Amino acid sequence: MNHSNHVVSNAITAERIVDSSVVAPEAVAQYALGLGDDSLVLAHRLGEWIANAPELEEDVALGNIGLDLLGHARSLLTYAGTAWDKSEDDLAYFRDEPQFRSRQLFEQPNGDFAVTIARQLIASVYFAELYRALSLSKDPTLAAIAAKAVKEVDYHVDHSTQWVRRLGLGTDESHERMQRGLDLMWPFVDELFRVDPFAADLDGIAVDPEQLRAAFDALVPRLIVDAGLTVPTVPAAQGGGRTGRHSEALGPMLAEMQVLARSHPGATW
Amino acid sequence: MTSPGDSGGRETWPLWEVFIRSSRGLSHVHAGSLHAPDETMAVRNARDLYTRRAEGVSIWVVRASDITSSDPDAKGEFFESPQGKEYRHATYYTESESVPHL
Repeated sequence: MNHSNHVVSNAITAERIVDSSVVAPEAVAQYALGLGDDSLVLAHRLGEWIANAPELEEDVALGNIGLDLLGHARSLLTYAGTAWDKSEDDLAYFRDEPQFRSRQLFEQPNGDFAVTIARQLIASVYFAELYRALSLSKDPTLAAIAAKAVKEVDYHVDHSTQWVRRLGLGTDESHERMQRGLDLMWPFVDELFRVDPFAADLDGIAVDPEQLRAAFDALVPRLIVDAGLTVPTVPAAQGGGRTGRHSEALGPMLAEMQVLARSHPGATW
Repeated sequence: MTSPGDSGGRETWPLWEVFIRSSRGLSHVHAGSLHAPDETMAVRNARDLYTRRAEGVSIWVVRASDITSSDPDAKGEFFESPQGKEYRHATYYTESESVPHL
């Protein structure tokens, strides 16, 4: 999309990746596809809040976060697609559920506002650690995508932190809902930090998710306790999103996300 | 007395007025208003609503109910009195030829 009044910057975008004619090596493309799916699925979930958030201002806040994530997804999927001569749209709209590699946290339904904030806190802290590490990647395109994303996800961490505190320390009702949100989302924390099968042979290029766990554990439980809440002690979900195993929530979400592109292939608007 | 933008009991979050200083500006300029539960969230909502296109480098928010404004019904006595008093403008006076460097 072209904007005549855009601010000139050198930040990497999906369009610039296409224009640069860079081609991702096969293994890097496989890795980028999983990361892109994580962002794409969560971006779609956040989009479902538009016109449904508690206040108009929060519609915009969640929408902004969703659009940031969509930007990451577009860059990562575009880059992955260069290996197979596929566009971001080919990858987003014309793969089926088992081909999606998103980890299961991201597809979890929005629930109430507190559930969404719990999911977003976990996701944002994970993304912040991931992109900080990935900005040092030896692959220059992945490093550039990550460097741009860091500034954005730092703000997402702040947004979720502010709300966890307010809901946790707010009324009895908000406290109870925030705790329930954390309890519902916590089983999906573990999967984020398990070995990524597509990162295995990419030493210095991909980020080992297990390396990110310590920073998450140092920050998130403290934020939860500071908000007067309890760190959940629930068993971890089975996981397996990277190899195409998903909870029942992803299928209906993809159906909605993909129906237009599949009904009208090549449509533009 | 009601404050500007006060729409009564329907609102659950208070209204805040937002002032943005652009990178090339010296002063904060009124950008609009928004709802937020407190001042911390008001600054964040202002960031999302009014600086999406890199408009600003600094944000002020003030609770709309903390603004005291002039009475719109008192337009006459407040703002129309200067009419016919052109001598209040510096340009009203003619330069004296005997005073140099004015």
